[in-house]
Amino acid sequence: MAKRFSALLQFALVLALGYAIQMAMDAGMINRYYAHVMTVMAIFVVGAVSLNLINGICGQFSLGHAGFMAVGAYTAAIITKNPDLILPAIFTGNVRFILATLLGGMTAAFVGFLVGLPSLRLRGDYLAIVTLGFGEIIRILLLNWDFVGGASGYFGLVRHTNFFAAFLLSIITITIIRNFIQSSHGRACVSIREDEIAAETMGVPTTRYKVIAFVIASFFAGTAGSMMAHLTQMVTPASFTFILSIELLLMVVLGGLGSITGSIGAAIFLTYAAEALRAFRAYRMILYSLLLILIMLFRPKGLLGTQELSYGLLKESFKSLRTRWQRKKNDDITAAAE
Amino acid sequence: MLKVENLQVYYDAIHAIKGVSLEVSQGEIVTLIGANGAGKTTILRTISGLEKAREGKIEYLGRDIASQQAHDIVKIGISQVPEGRRVFTNMSVTENLELGAYLSKDRKAKADSLKRVFEHFPRLYERRTQIAGTLSGGEQQMLAMGRALMSKPKLMMLDEPSMGLAPILVRQIFSIIKEIHKEGTTILLIEQNANMALSIADRGYVLETGKIVMQGSVQELLASEEIKNAYLGGEAAHS
Repeated sequence: MAKRFSALLQFALVLALGYAIQMAMDAGMINRYYAHVMTVMAIFVVGAVSLNLINGICGQFSLGHAGFMAVGAYTAAIITKNPDLILPAIFTGNVRFILATLLGGMTAAFVGFLVGLPSLRLRGDYLAIVTLGFGEIIRILLLNWDFVGGASGYFGLVRHTNFFAAFLLSIITITIIRNFIQSSHGRACVSIREDEIAAETMGVPTTRYKVIAFVIASFFAGTAGSMMAHLTQMVTPASFTFILSIELLLMVVLGGLGSITGSIGAAIFLTYAAEALRAFRAYRMILYSLLLILIMLFRPKGLLGTQELSYGLLKESFKSLRTRWQRKKNDDITAAAE
Repeated sequence: MLKVENLQVYYDAIHAIKGVSLEVSQGEIVTLIGANGAGKTTILRTISGLEKAREGKIEYLGRDIASQQAHDIVKIGISQVPEGRRVFTNMSVTENLELGAYLSKDRKAKADSLKRVFEHFPRLYERRTQIAGTLSGGEQQMLAMGRALMSKPKLMMLDEPSMGLAPILVRQIFSIIKEIHKEGTTILLIEQNANMALSIADRGYVLETGKIVMQGSVQELLASEEIKNAYLGGEAAHS
């Protein structure tokens, strides 16, 4: 009971913090450019954490996250732009936006189910190729669909997304995915990553779990897509190329496959880096590739590995640092004495 | 308890198992011996549902299980200690064991199983928080066996538990297999180490390139000249 209460309290505190930041933005204390960047960060946190569920926790290599974001973004955009399409006209304004985001997520989840069911029987590189192909198929379809503007994109959306909305979504995503990972279902997913055959012999229905994880991740990717669409007020197929998938993958790999806090940190850092290096935009892909190579060489498990950044971990590393320092000091003393 | 009839397994064009029939009765230790590539592991993987037979029957407690999925086969009480142990290397010993009882939703039963496994393997209890990948080969073998025990199997199939272990550890592992058997678990043991396997088994089958070439009680197998020469290292090993 006390545990549940403290979790709720934490949740409330975090939300209050997000809301306070939003108020500071509204009051003009944070300039609009930074407000925008922070909102994008929150959206990328959703994308990276959800991709981590597939790539990091289940150990399946998906490159199709941009595709799911596109499905969510276009679905939600169609709903908010057409006042009586799909949802009845009584839902307007922000309520319509929230429902549209949910529906965008659900559509992405459904598509994820359709794609995942046959392709998750594949392993490693094959799955990467299939999901990469899927992302491109979605993009080409949208490119040729005149109802949503084809190549020029779908314009004139209302700017429903603000920082707090994106922040709230990221907190919900983190909470749900964290709880999933810590449940016995999550344990089953990790066992698939560790050794699929052993997992199967333990009675873990591996394909089912891979599909479940894929569907959950697709759902959140879809909602992130909707947030993005209603932040930039337009959607174009060009925003959902495989480069977006690669960016998300980079966040997951940089932060550590399997580490949620790692994904969060990497999403924030890389979004910031992309802004700070705007002048070198043309070289971005070179930088990304370099970064990936460097991580693989020096930190193959990512910055955090599978660990989570927590108070306990900080305390422990501090302790080990201190003992090491003390040992060094003792060595120095004995060396001096000799 | 387990009855395999005329099993035919193919890997694409390769005919790996050519009509194998074998039987394991309740309460027995049955061993399947043979050289590398004879098809021992394939038979075991087919029984546990990881490979599909092209032809043949696999009957367990009177039910045909040849078409069942691997995770459903665990559910009905057959568990497997896979070749090469295959522990979850990045998880702790306890987490590995808990996954073994993955199918059980009953917390108390899980705790009981865990206690029982720790009784069989005090070493695992000492190392319960250690990451499985850092265990020694023998400890990993114990962990793989403990994990398979967690689902309280009626039939436990072990694939080369002696692989890569020092003789003293092999003897220890085999005495634990006997203990597990005494508590009422039927055992199907696959081994290259025929000496060890025959020392604890009731009956044995000898497999050569996908076919059973000999079967019988341990006494019969031990008495056979062919077996002695091919698998037991001739007269020298007969001590």
